This record gives sequence, structure tokens and C-alpha cells, in this order.
Amino acid sequence: METLAIISGAVIGVAILMYVVLDGFDLGVGILFPFAPDEGARNTMINSVAPVWDGNETWLILGGGGLLVFFPIAYSIALPAFYIPVMAMLFALIFRGVTFEFRHQAHTSTHLWNRSFFWGSLIAAFMQGTLLGALVQGVEVEGVRYAGGMFDWLTPFSVLTGIGVVVGYGLLGATWLIYKTEGHVQDWARSSAVVLGGGTLIAMVAVSVMTPLLRPAIADRWFGGVNILYLSPIPLLTLAFAVSLFWSIFSKRELLPFLSSIGLFVLGFAGIAISLYPNIIPPSVAVWDAVATRSSIVFALAGVAVVLPMVLLYTVYAYSVFHGKASEHGGYAHHEHE
Amino acid sequence: MPPFDAEILARLQFAFTVSFHILFPTLTIGLAGFLVFFEAKYLRTHNETWLVLYRFWVKIFALTFGMGVVSGLVLSYQFGTNWSEWSRVTGPALGPLIGFEVLTAFFLEAGFLGIMLFGWQKVGPRLHFLATCLVATGTAISAFWILAANSWMQTPAGASLVNGQYVVDDWLAVIFNPSFPWRLLHMTTASYLTTALVVSGISAFYLLTGSHRDVARQAFSAGMWGVLMLAPLQIFLGDQHGLNTLEHQPIKVAAMEGNWETRGGVPFHIFAMPDQKEQRNRLEISIPYGSSLILRHDPAGIVPGLKDVAVEDQPPVGIVFWSFRVMVGLGFLFLALGLWGGWARWRGTLYDVIWLKRFAVSLTPAGFVATLAGWFVTEVGRQPYTVYGAMRTEDSFSPSVTGASVATTLVLFLIVYGGLFGAYLYYLTKLVRRGPDPLATRETEEKPEAIRGARPGLVVPAE
Ligand code: HDD
Ligand code: HEM
Ligand code: HEM
Repeated sequence: METLAIISGAVIGVAILMYVVLDGFDLGVGILFPFAPDEGARNTMINSVAPVWDGNETWLILGGGGLLVFFPIAYSIALPAFYIPVMAMLFALIFRGVTFEFRHQAHTSTHLWNRSFFWGSLIAAFMQGTLLGALVQGVEVEGVRYAGGMFDWLTPFSVLTGIGVVVGYGLLGATWLIYKTEGHVQDWARSSAVVLGGGTLIAMVAVSVMTPLLRPAIADRWFGGVNILYLSPIPLLTLAFAVSLFWSIFSKRELLPFLSSIGLFVLGFAGIAISLYPNIIPPSVAVWDAVATRSSIVFALAGVAVVLPMVLLYTVYAYSVFHGKASEHGGYAHHEHE
Repeated sequence: MPPFDAEILARLQFAFTVSFHILFPTLTIGLAGFLVFFEAKYLRTHNETWLVLYRFWVKIFALTFGMGVVSGLVLSYQFGTNWSEWSRVTGPALGPLIGFEVLTAFFLEAGFLGIMLFGWQKVGPRLHFLATCLVATGTAISAFWILAANSWMQTPAGASLVNGQYVVDDWLAVIFNPSFPWRLLHMTTASYLTTALVVSGISAFYLLTGSHRDVARQAFSAGMWGVLMLAPLQIFLGDQHGLNTLEHQPIKVAAMEGNWETRGGVPFHIFAMPDQKEQRNRLEISIPYGSSLILRHDPAGIVPGLKDVAVEDQPPVGIVFWSFRVMVGLGFLFLALGLWGGWARWRGTLYDVIWLKRFAVSLTPAGFVATLAGWFVTEVGRQPYTVYGAMRTEDSFSPSVTGASVATTLVLFLIVYGGLFGAYLYYLTKLVRRGPDPLATRETEEKPEAIRGARPGLVVPAE
């Protein structure tokens, strides 16, 4: 059962990581929206994500659905605990999602949808970061139920992680745009990426410093005994990715900045996973306390093993169909004149 | 219990958000099928009218699909925020079904939707057609899994409660639970029928105003064939579904019939005001022996009555009773439209009968009303249980969530969804008023890649 619990935890982890990276960059594009040099650039930006955003967001449904499948207890503790940020995130994602469809139909109200895209992306990203911080700092549980109040999630730490994720998604978005655009939009994306890259590193350092202070168990995980030796690749690799990020931006590489920011996200994610393991709801619920019954897990894992590879395959295919630079016309953005 | 505690609010909220959501899948499931048909026709005959139709309806499809996606995402998290007890208890049985829906349906839809909408010029006609087919398949698979989950809540099977959580011992029994096959058929047919009504209604509007003649004729004809075939099928499926419900959820049937005492020779009430307090009906107008005949095929047949269970175990009778009548009444109205269209077609006057076209226009949104009414019968009729006979709604709610939070989000949902629905209708009207764009001959003959199907934006106009 313990092995099954750990495998299940890994599946959820992968789904969330896929979500963070994939929807991260398209939320990031939304966060950068008002800062774009002109309306044409905004059209290009939205076109660069329009064919793929829905697939990206599906990983969020897989994360939530997966939690219900593998850890129904964790699902039923976490969601009431995070009622307000989850609802805020959902509302934000609604506004952002409909923009793709409505903006290109709009004539006079384009600016309205521009705003809805920006605020939707920004609030969704912030709430996701807050959720992460709130989870890391711990959730009050009694038996199998949430025992805290409606606002326990809101602390300085969770606000910090919220801001961190906004900046980080912004970086993913900017480096994605370096890859997908050219000319003055690309130049603008490069200078944004430099600023956001700096901000992301600051946020990562701040969170790394504060996390071990939250609970002795986390400090012990990182610094107890020789652990720091085993875990040293994490900070070292992070440093390497940071170097490659800035070097590749300044040397005008197109794909490497995006890959480097993904690298930063993966490592940050790994760091958090290490801090939390073996808890799924810290500080008291371990993966094996919350895991579903054997028959459910075996059934679901069989499905994952068969279907997920196919999903990955055609997702790669769908991306490859839309490879190359995004253009201002085409996609959703072109405005027709009646 | 105070009248507006968190549980009631959560029920209102869920009823509102899920009812909002289902409006969009109802159209996308059916429209995806119509698009497959249009594109297949075009590929086979190279008759451009089919392509024009495809390009027009795919815009409406995209708009609707977007609404379906954002409102569906909300639901998948609402299970946890508002119904955490339900999630914990039923999660091991229902979670995998919903998980499979994500894996096998949502990813498929999302992956190929991009190609369907933007990819014509990038992948060539055959692959594009494949993308359309895969999206349509995705919507059907989605219906399969979510209806399996919903049907299991109506007629649970294959699992038992152990230490406060369901443990599944037979997955096939969970998926193919007793009411699932009928619900899947009835709901899928509802989607296609609703779409057929929308397609024929909008086309009839063009025929009446004399615009887009050829395109409108072809779509009107296709839509009317759909209504003619699907309306009788739906009535048959509904009847069979009802017999299945009689077997597994007799009290729900008693509420649909407005029948209080279990006895033979029960009339069918065309009109009645069920009074739950007094446990009787007011103002009955009835067909003698009707209920017994429909349900038992025998005028003396025994029909279950609501009084078989205690008042607190009865569903709210009025809603179930009236929703059922709305659905069935509309079903027969759709049948009338289908038959009239068939008759006119046989006489060779399908496009000429003004009142037929007006009738079709007036029924454009009626499929949605029938579908919602049907869901109200199903879901309200299941009360006071979330898992029929096993888990009560009052035990399903999240205990730690306060009434104030649920009330706040409920009000927000009302405002936000109201606004969104307004915007959706506004842009939909705009698309319909604009109508199908004809292809410039140059466009198809010289560079077929310029067709690019879906988006108005994909063809940069020559001006
Ligand atoms: C009979 C069909 C049906 C029913 C009863 C439901 N749905 Fe639905 N849903 C669909 C048919 C569908 C669909 C056809 O697959 C949609 C509609 C439009 C779309 O984008 O996909 C969809 C979209 C959709 C999405 C977004 C998927 C994406 O990103 O592509 C989610 C998360 C849900 N639904 C979840 C739910 C939940 C939790 C429901 C129950 C309470 C539910 N749906 C009822
Ligand atoms: C999509 C079509 C659906 C519609 C229109 C619909 C409608 C409703 C309505 C009106 C209620 C409120 C009943 C009441 O409280 O009196 C309700 C409750 C509920 N439904 Fe559905 N439903 C649909 C599908 C589903 C599906 C597919 C599921 C699960 C797989 C589901 C799960 C629930 C749950 C958990 C509740 C809340 C508890 C309750 O009040 O019974 N519904 N639904
Ligand atoms: C006139 C004949 C019809 C009959 C006798 C009929 C019968 C029924 C019954 C008995 C139920 C409840 C099943 C249960 O919960 O146990 C139901 C549900 C439903 N009906 Fe109908 N129906 C008819 C027409 C229609 C039409 C025309 C539509 C829509 C276009 C429709 C859409 C639905 C939907 C969406 C549901 C809920 C899902 C389900 O439980 O299948 N029905 N119907």
C-alpha cells in the first residue's frame, strides 16, 4: 500500500508540475498583456497561446481530479480549507478563458477583454501561489476533516509565494514570447524576461529561506545530518539554470531562455516536494493516510499507464502543428470589418 | 434547520452552476456530430455549400465550447469545496470515473480543438477531418464517463461502504450500473435533438428573411431530418428510462406522477398542484388509468405512491412533477415539428411552408429547456439523497465551510454567469446576424489552403 501511495503521489506531482509549466507560460502571457508595446503585439501574444491553452488547463483538471481519485481524503480536506483562494482562482480562470473566444469577436470592447485577460491571469496565478504557500505552511486537521477557519490560508508567507508565482509565470510567459515572436515584440519580451528573471530568483531565495523556518521538520529534512550533501544538487542546479537563463537571453538565443525558466520551475517544485514528503497535507496527513482504496488506485493507475502516454504523444503533435513564430493576424486576433 | 443555511445555499449554488454548464455541452456534443457530417459531405462531394456550413457552425461551436470549458472547470473543484463529505465518501468510486473522463475525453478534445479551429491550412483536409472526428468522439466519451458517475449516484452498484468510504469490488458494475445505459442514450439523444432544433431554427430564420438561401436550405433540410428521426427515438428512450426508474427509484416515479398512494388504476395527471404538506394534490385534471397504462401496460397496474416513505424521505414533489411535464410536453411538440417537416418534405414544400419555418424558429431554444427540465426530474427526484438510498444530501456538504462564504460565492456566480451569458448571447447573435460567409471562388480553386475553416480571422480579407 505504501508503494501504491507513493506512486499515486508521484502521478499527482507530475500532473501539477505539467500544469504549472504549461499553463504557467500562458498565464504569464496574460500577466504581461497590459505591458505589451502595442495592440498588434497583444494580438500576436494571444495567438501564440490560443491553440494550446485549453490543453494546458486540462492538467489542472487532472490535478484536481487526480487528487479525488488517489487521495479523496486530501481532496476533501484541502478544498474546504482553501475555499476562498480556490473560488477566486476559478472565477479568474473563467474571465481569462472566455477572453480567447470573446476578444476576437469584439470590435469596440476589445479593451474590456484585454483587461479581463490580464486580471484573470494575474489573480489566477496569485491564488495558485497562495495555495501553494498555504499548503506548505500547514493545514489544521482533525480526523479526516478540515478543522481551521475560512482565512487560515492568508499569511505573509502565502502572500509571498503568491507574488513569487506571479513573477515566475511572468518569466515563463516572457521567455515563451522570446521563442514565439520576432522583431520589436521579441525585443520587449527579452527585456521583460531579464527583469522577471531577477524577480523570480529573489522570490526563490526568499521562499527557500523562509520555508525551513516554518517547521523544524522541514529544517531537519534539509540540514539534518548529511542531508544537505544529498540535496545539494538542487541549489547547485538552480544556480546553473539561472546562469543559463541570463546568458541565453543576452546572447539572443530563442529557445534556451524558455527551457532554462522551466528548469527553474522544476527545481523549485522539487524543493517543495522534498520539504513536504511524505505529507500530502502537512503537517499531519501523510500520503499513506489519505490514499484511496486499493481497487480504486489499481484501476486508475492502469488507466494512467495506458492513456497518459497517448495524451503526451498527441499533445506534442498538437504543439508541433503550431510550431514556428506566431503572427499578428490569424488565430483569434484578426478584426473583421463589417 | 434555518431556511438559508450553508447546505441549502450550496445546493442552490451547485444546481445553478451545473445547470449553467450543461447548456453548453448539450450544444457542443450535438454540434460536433453535425460538423463531422458537414465536413464529411464536403470531402465526399466537394460541394462548397457544405464547407460554408462547416465554417459558419464551427464558429458557434468554438464560442460554445469555450463556455463549456470554463464552467466545467468550476464544477470539478466545486465537488471538493462544497461537497467535501460526499467527495471523501464516494471519491474512491466516482473519482476514477471522473479521472478517466479527464484522461480520455478532455485531453482529446483540447488537443485536437486547436487543430480543428486553426489548423486547416497547417494539416491538410484529411487530417483536419480526423481532428473534427476526434473532438466529436471526445465529447461523446466525456458524456459516457460523467453520466456513468451521475447514474451511479442514482443507482449505486458494485461497491460497498467500508469505514465510511466506498470500496469498489466490481468496476464494470460501477460503470454499467442499472440506470446508466438509458441515461447515456437519453442524454446523448437530447444533445443531438437540441442541436437539430438549433440548426433548423436558425436556418429557418434565414429562409424567412430570404438570406443565404442555398446554405440555409441545406442546413434546414439536415436539421429537419434530425428532428424527424430523433424526436420519436427520444420519446421511446424516455419511456424505457422511466420503466427503469420505476424499478430502481420508485419514489422518484411517484413524484413524477404526483401519486401519493400505492395502488392500481392510477390516472395520469395532466395538471395538478401537489401539496406536500397535506400529502395530496389540488386541482387535478387527469386521464383515467393513464399512469397505470404507461408504467404497467395494464389499467389495473400498481403504481408506487409517495406515502410509502416518510415525508422527510420524499423529494420535493412539485418541482419533479412539473419539470417532468415540461420535458414530456416539449418532447411531443418536437415530434409534431418533425412530422410536419416530414409531411412537407414528402409533398415537396419543405422550404415553402411559412408556418413550419416559424414553428421551427420558435423551437430553437426549446431543446435546452427540455434538457434542463429532464435534469431537474433526475436530480431533484433523487433528493433527499446524493447517493440514492445511501447517502443523504445533508451529510454530503462541507462542514467547515460557512454559510457566508457560500452565499458570497453564490451571489458572485449569479452575477458573473449572468454577465457571461449575456456576452455569449450577444456574440452569438452577432455571428447569426452576420450569417455564413460565402467563399470567394478564387479562394477555393486557386489556393485551397486559404480556406482555413474555422475562424473568421483566419482568412485575411482581400480589401
Ligand atoms: C452529458 C455531458 C456532460 C455532463 C453531464 C457534464 N459535462 Fe462537463 N463537459 C462536457 C460534457 C458534460 C463536454 C461536452 O465534454 C464539455 C462541454 C464543452 C466542452 O468544452 O467540453 C465539458 C467540459 C467540462 C470541463 C472542461 C474540460 C476542458 O477543459 O476541456 C470540465 C472540468 C467538466 N466539463 C466537468 C464536469 C463536471 C464536474 C460535471 C458534473 C457535475 C459535468 N462536467 C457535467
Ligand atoms: C449536467 C447536468 C446536470 C444537471 C442540470 C444537474 C442538476 C442538479 C440540480 C438541479 C441539483 C440540485 C438538487 C437539489 O438540491 O434539489 C443537483 C445536485 C447535485 N448533482 Fe446534479 N446535475 C447534473 C449532472 C450531475 C452530474 C453529472 C453529477 C455527478 C457526477 C452531479 C452531481 C450532483 C451533486 C453532487 C449534487 C449536490 C447534492 C444535491 O443537492 O443533491 N450532477 N444537480
Ligand atoms: C416525451 C417523452 C419523454 C419521456 C417519457 C422522458 C422520460 C424521462 C424520464 C423518466 C427521465 C428521468 C429519469 C430518471 O432520473 O430516472 C428523464 C430524464 C431526462 N430527460 Fe427525458 N423524456 C422525454 C423527452 C425528453 C426530451 C424531448 C428531452 C430533451 C431534448 C429530454 C431530456 C432529458 C434529460 C437531459 C434527462 C436527464 C438525464 C437522464 O436522467 O437521462 N427528455 N426523461
